[in-house]
Parts: sequence; structure tokens; C-alpha cells
Amino acid sequence: MRLFKKKSTEILEGDLTPMIDMTFQLIAFFMLLINFSEVDRAEEILLPSSALAVPPVVRPDYQIILNLEPSGEVVFEGLKNDIDLLNPLLSRQVDAAAREGIRDPADIAVIIRSHKDTPTGIVQELIAKCQESELQSFSLRVKDRINP
Amino acid sequence: MQMSISDPEEIKINMTAMIDIVFQLLVFFIMTFKVVAMEGDFNIKMPLASESADSLDEELPDLITVRLDAGENGNISSITVDDSEILREATMFSDLTSIVEERLAAEGDPEQAAETEVEFDIDYNLKYSFTVKAIAAVSGKVLPDGEGIKTLIKKVKFKDIGNGL
Repeated sequence: MRLFKKKSTEILEGDLTPMIDMTFQLIAFFMLLINFSEVDRAEEILLPSSALAVPPVVRPDYQIILNLEPSGEVVFEGLKNDIDLLNPLLSRQVDAAAREGIRDPADIAVIIRSHKDTPTGIVQELIAKCQESELQSFSLRVKDRINP
Repeated sequence: MQMSISDPEEIKINMTAMIDIVFQLLVFFIMTFKVVAMEGDFNIKMPLASESADSLDEELPDLITVRLDAGENGNISSITVDDSEILREATMFSDLTSIVEERLAAEGDPEQAAETEVEFDIDYNLKYSFTVKAIAAVSGKVLPDGEGIKTLIKKVKFKDIGNGL
């Protein structure tokens, strides 16, 4: 009498195709939404909100993003700077824009991302400092509020 | 003569390595993913003083001056329009919108109304959020049905603070 059945030694393989399809779709989704420009944003800055701000449709040919903290320090390219010491940085940006073909500093867009509690006088000081480098086009960035 | 026919064996590719990499990529993208709130801009034109002097011969657009005064802790205390109308109530921002709307309607010519500028004179200590509220109040208003925005002023500037800070 045989007590044990002879077991099959074949390896059972499930169909992995749907799982791989799904995984690739997930990767594609996250790749499209990922934002690598985090260096332009300072997460600790809370922007004021408004339903009337115009979302930027076209990216300017050249832009300078200045994050302004309530203390008056400017976070630019991930580094904190005093407003009074900003001129060399701005001049370098104007030169860099000129190398890219933007000769007139008035065509450079300066985007100011200021904390909502920053005294407005400091924002004006920052604008005045930018004007010393002949920058004229400013955008005050705010959080888009859908429901006012 | 009999030809030998080879068995059509199924060729199996080892997928394990690829699936490992794909999962690692997926984990990387999930970990670095951040939901970012939508942002918008208020554009401000601040021409240099020398250019402003050059354009003195040109016909100046209508100008509305708005003074924002700060109270305690940098909160807003009053809004003064053209040194005459002083707004102090809680509805000061919607009142400001109404005044600007009336001024533009009084212009008659829509093209000329579109050229109207608002110049803000703001207390140094006023919190930036109130400045943005005031800029939004003159820029337009959300229509009562909530499905549209009526644009009012397109040209906004700050009073020149010069270098005397």
C-alpha cells in the first residue's frame, strides 16, 4: 500500500503581468507629479492667501525667487541672507540672465514669497534693494484660495 | 531521412531583479512626493525713479492713493482713500472694493478705467497679510454666485520709499 502521493516538483508561478502594469502606472504618476524645485521654496514660510491672485500660466524667461522670513532674512537658493547683503547675489543673477540673452534687467521677474506676518516695510526694503540692481518687475506670491 | 524537430520549450525570463528595481523606484517616488498648494501672483510694477522722471511728459493715468495704517501688533487699523475717505469698520476691505468700483464706473470710458493705477502707502509695521488683502480688494472681487471674478485694477504700485530707510 502506498501511503504518500507523489508530490509534483514543478514551481508554481503566478501571473505577475497585472501587478507590473499597475506598478509602472504608479511610477509614471509619481514621476509626473514630483517637484524637484524644492530649493526655491522655503517650507517654513506661510504665504497669505487670496482667491484673486493669478496663477502663473507662463514661466518667465528668467525669474528670481526670494523667500522673505518675518525676521527680515531672505532665503535664496536654500541659503539665508541679510537684505543689506543681497546686492552681490542680485548682480550675479542679473549677469546670469544677460548670459542667457536677457539683457534688460526689467525683463527679469522677481517673485517675492513673504511670510504673512512679515512687516510690509521689510517687503518694501527688499523691493528697494532689488531696484538698486535695476530690477523692476515684481510678483507677490500668495497661496491660491479656492473658496473665499 | 527523418529530421529531428526540437521541442518548442517556453523561454522564461527571470523577472525578480526588474520587479525589485521597480518597487525601489516606486518607494522613492512615494517618499519624495509632497502635495503642494496652488499659488498665485499679484504683479507689481515698480519702475526706477529715473524712468518715472522721463515719462513726466506723458499723460499720467488716473491715480487712486490708498493709505494703510497699522494698529497694535501690526494689525490694520484704518484705510484712507485719496486722503479723504477713511475706513475703520470690519468691512473695510469690501468697502475699499466698492469705492474702487464706483471710481471706475465714474470714469465712463472702459479703456481709461483700465489704465487707472492704485498707489499704496503702507505703514512699515503692517503685517504683510493685510497688504495682500488690500491689494486683492482693489484688484477685483468674487462675484456673488461664486463662479467668477470681476477684475478692477490691474496696475498696482507701492509708494516709493527711496533710500531713506
